[in-house]
Amino acid sequence: MSKIIVMTSGKGGVGKTTSSAAFATGLALRGFKTVVIDFDVGLRNLDLVMGCERRVVFDFINVINGEAKLSQALIKDKRIDNLYILPTSQTRDKDALTREGVERVLNDLSKEFDYILCDSPAGIERGALMSLYFADHAIIVTNPEVSSVRDSDRILGVLNSRSRRAEQGLEPVSQQLLLTRYDPERVEKGEMLKVDDVLEILAIPLLGVIPESQAVLRASNVGMPVILDEASNAGQAYTDAVGRFLGEEIEHRFVNPQKKGLFSRLLRRSA
Amino acid sequence: MSSASQVAERDVPFQLRGNSFTMMVLKVHAPASPDFFTQLNIKVRQAPNFFRNAPVVLDFDDLPESVVFDLGAFVAQVRAHHLLPVGFQGGPRPVQEAALAVGLTPMPTGRVAKLEEVVKGPDPRAASAAAPQIMVEVVHRPAMVVTEPVRSGTQIYAEKSDLIITASVSPGAELLADGNIHVYGALRGRALAGVSGDATARIFCHSLEAEVVSVAGVYRVSEDIGSDFFKKPVQVFLRDGVLRMEPLKTA
Repeated sequence: MSKIIVMTSGKGGVGKTTSSAAFATGLALRGFKTVVIDFDVGLRNLDLVMGCERRVVFDFINVINGEAKLSQALIKDKRIDNLYILPTSQTRDKDALTREGVERVLNDLSKEFDYILCDSPAGIERGALMSLYFADHAIIVTNPEVSSVRDSDRILGVLNSRSRRAEQGLEPVSQQLLLTRYDPERVEKGEMLKVDDVLEILAIPLLGVIPESQAVLRASNVGMPVILDEASNAGQAYTDAVGRFLGEEIEHRFVNPQKKGLFSRLLRRSA
Repeated sequence: MSSASQVAERDVPFQLRGNSFTMMVLKVHAPASPDFFTQLNIKVRQAPNFFRNAPVVLDFDDLPESVVFDLGAFVAQVRAHHLLPVGFQGGPRPVQEAALAVGLTPMPTGRVAKLEEVVKGPDPRAASAAAPQIMVEVVHRPAMVVTEPVRSGTQIYAEKSDLIITASVSPGAELLADGNIHVYGALRGRALAGVSGDATARIFCHSLEAEVVSVAGVYRVSEDIGSDFFKKPVQVFLRDGVLRMEPLKTA
């Protein structure tokens, strides 16, 4: 039986797609057969971040509408076995996501895959609701600033009231926090919220802290999930987070500012 | 009034006092219209907690003399939408007689104040004052207990009871209770106690960081909550119609 994960945040631009790509890749690297689905109909991005945009023929919406078979729309990653991408349509809008259609596709995928990762669009409207409705587990992507924290809080409320598990009175959707774009030096100056501040308000377990890193943009631009950049802080942080997700106990890194010796100043360029 | 007469007053088994209550008026234009209850339903669903069991006065002033409809069935339908018709105003004579026959109280016809979309909740006790034929049974209602954090955008209403939250209440969340509100965590959202008019209701919280606190419609916004109370254990209550705050002594 496969597990359905939703990567969601409420707010846009906090790193949902980056995290979805990294996380799905991380799970596949651990040997789990994983598919990542783009729910951001009309604003297709996941294929770019995964570097498969030139291989998209059919998409998620085609499958929902019965215009293509699932096997025709699934794109197999060229780098990693076990990793598949289900891109979305750029020409349609969120109304194309019907609950029955999404359920049918997820049911079909769950016969084959260990993990189904749903990359949610921003907002709390149809697209976001459909991406979280069937979820077993939610990863809440949050930036260390107040508006992102408030939106995450809102989406947690939506998960607790409008997901399938909530509606059917099943065990609630489990939730973990992924704090992204964290800059310990700015936190120290009081320009960003501390990890503890965010945890106090959201009151869910911390899955990981992803440091602000130039590697993320670099990776996106070349269509490579940042987790594959093993030298980067962000890549290592995602690897840790995947480990924690699978139940391993891994200490949180990148939470405190680096010691500022001459040595580290010279080496900082490598971040 | 002398103190002697006050003592004497306590010895009698009842006290007769005047009081005024805010009630909604349901102005009936076309009771037989097939859309009447569909539209009423839409209206009620916009704020189910606000409308639930709210006493209403039916205004028949606009009905033509020639109107023919089954008033008994009409009132039953209104009740089915969780509104409690307690009285009526105006209308053709046959309609008035029918209204009296189903136990509605004739209300003096006056100018009706324009009702806003969101108004302070009406007092449920108004039902007993305006319509003595409806017996209000006073029963103990257990408090509503919420153990999970109350997230932004969530609204919780403890109808005719206290509300107890054993976690934090996020900014953008709203708590409503006819009775008291207790928050054993940080209160960062809005808390409205005594929403049906109970001026003795109170709000208790471990850490007051609220956006709005209100008792029986008297409110204070975050800006007006003094820094003396911010992030402190506090109780909020009404005294002489003024909202007051006091630190809670934690032993």
